[in-house]
Amino acid sequence: MLKQPGDASTLKVSLWRRFMNQAANVFAISASVLVIVPLVVIFVYLVIKGVGSLNWAFVTQTPKPPGELGGGMANAMVGSAVILALASLVGIPMGIGCGIYLAEYGRDRFGDLVRFTADVLNGVPSIVIGIAVYSLIVLRQKHFSALSGGIALAIMMIPTVARATEEMLLMVPNNIREAALGLGIPKWRTTLSISLRTASAGVITGCMLAFARVAGETAPLLFTAFGNQYWNMNLNQPTAALPLQIYTYALSPYDDWHRQAWAGALILIVMIVAAVAAVRISTSRGALKGAS
Amino acid sequence: MADSVDPMNSPDPVEQKQNPMTAIPALAQAATARKPSVVSSVLQRIRHTQPRSSRLPDAAFKGLILLTAASVFAIVVFVVWELVDKSRLSLHQFGIGFFYGHDWDPVNDQYGALPFIFGTLVSSFLALLLAVPLSIGVAVYVTEMCPVRWRSIISFLVELLAAIPSVVYGLWAIFVLAPLLRDYVEPFLARTLGWTGLFTGPIYGIGMLAAGIILAIMIVPIIASITREVLTAVPQNQREAVLALGATRWEMIRMGVLRNARIGIVGGIILGLGRALGETMAVTMVIGNRPEVSKSLFAPGYTMASVIANEFSEATGDLYLSALVEIGLALFLVTLIVNALARLLVWSITGSTGRARA
Repeated sequence: MLKQPGDASTLKVSLWRRFMNQAANVFAISASVLVIVPLVVIFVYLVIKGVGSLNWAFVTQTPKPPGELGGGMANAMVGSAVILALASLVGIPMGIGCGIYLAEYGRDRFGDLVRFTADVLNGVPSIVIGIAVYSLIVLRQKHFSALSGGIALAIMMIPTVARATEEMLLMVPNNIREAALGLGIPKWRTTLSISLRTASAGVITGCMLAFARVAGETAPLLFTAFGNQYWNMNLNQPTAALPLQIYTYALSPYDDWHRQAWAGALILIVMIVAAVAAVRISTSRGALKGAS
Repeated sequence: MADSVDPMNSPDPVEQKQNPMTAIPALAQAATARKPSVVSSVLQRIRHTQPRSSRLPDAAFKGLILLTAASVFAIVVFVVWELVDKSRLSLHQFGIGFFYGHDWDPVNDQYGALPFIFGTLVSSFLALLLAVPLSIGVAVYVTEMCPVRWRSIISFLVELLAAIPSVVYGLWAIFVLAPLLRDYVEPFLARTLGWTGLFTGPIYGIGMLAAGIILAIMIVPIIASITREVLTAVPQNQREAVLALGATRWEMIRMGVLRNARIGIVGGIILGLGRALGETMAVTMVIGNRPEVSKSLFAPGYTMASVIANEFSEATGDLYLSALVEIGLALFLVTLIVNALARLLVWSITGSTGRARA
């Protein structure tokens, strides 16, 4: 009978503990739901509002003057493609080069310094990069240009690509390098055709993620590419870009422009999600995992 | 006869000849690099033919690679230099008073950044307040609670949240979130929590609260993914040990997992803060863009990043431009400190690459 009070108290404690356990479960589940809900809502809105506004004119025409119905974002899509191509052309080779240095040579002070600056660069607000590129290129040339926009985005791509490349190269077993060097293959050849090639799946993943990240960037383009209502194929002229156009249209007072902003956003997001999903699928199947 | 080579089975005879020929000099070179006296004339000849063909390309390659690495460093130095150089005028004119002056008056060339600093800090901390519990909840659910099957699906969805561009968040916030806040959430908050003084004044929908919420949605994936990595890095024995003592699952998570991972989680939170401080487009679209300091979260505000976005390309006058660049410089330095701190904390948990390799 002496046990009785003790039993009651343990029961009480365990009830409390059980309650806490349940409460934690409920909290974690509701947190997950609360995080996923905005995602779903955003996608639903994008699809509903975006699909309704997509039409042939939207993808083939340039913007109409303010207040007039119709027109499209064809020039912005092409402009975005040009700027992103420029950014990839500059940013990806530099990022991969930097990543190779960090993985293959950078086991010293300078390597740590570069690693740290790459992380710093990754954290620099995109608008600040916009200011810097504005002072470097736009102020000197005295006009906005696609070129400056591409360089701003390239600077943002470098750290992501570099760290992904480094990480993937470090995962390549050293035996493979030694085997190649033992066959008398020079170091540069070993790095490029053996190490980098073995790590290529992961490196491509990193590049795609960097691309997806800058594809929607607006802030650094505000004072570099600037935007344009007309067709422009000259790299030295202000150029329209999809995110810029969405921004301008969203803040405009016209319903028709709001409609087009949704359509533009849908196109942008489909492009980015396709890139991310492709990365996700290829990494879950590929031999080298870890860069997601 | 064991030594004789069967021509049918032997690999490419040319290659077989080639391999020792190229391998030996490399070995010989390594062995005799510092002892030239013992090298026979034949070996010397081979030694000079092989490396000479690769020494120059190797050096060129290393130089090229070094150049790209150095240019990353140069870019950061250059960004800092440009910011300091272009803000010199404003630095001289206003000194430290720039950061607590609250007049932003381009017409009279009077610039004080206090309203923007206030807006950036309030919107970011509001975002953290909302995002931190949610992100930790998601991370705990994904790593400790949910069925294995769902694990990758939920992480993928959270990752998708990070892939949505800022401008799309802004678009959604203007046309969906702000009306929702205006019609339902803010009247409700004003009725129930109006006495705190945080939820008073005219209701516009757009304002500090909308900015905080949209920022919270944007930083959840960052904090959640870092927390998830840190939690995964906690050794399995910790969990088993606590469970073996008779703990419930929540007690196991609290004592065995969260306590071990807390430094890394704080690192993730600070990393999220860094992102929130520098976030531009979505905030610019919903915060209302009015440089004032108000206690109410319903009131419109202005952040450091959005004032640059809105006024930089229209700034007339050197001092105006210089003041805007100085705000950019301040933003850069703050995010630099915040990010460096976060990296150190995360690295101390997951190792120097900052990513778990699961």
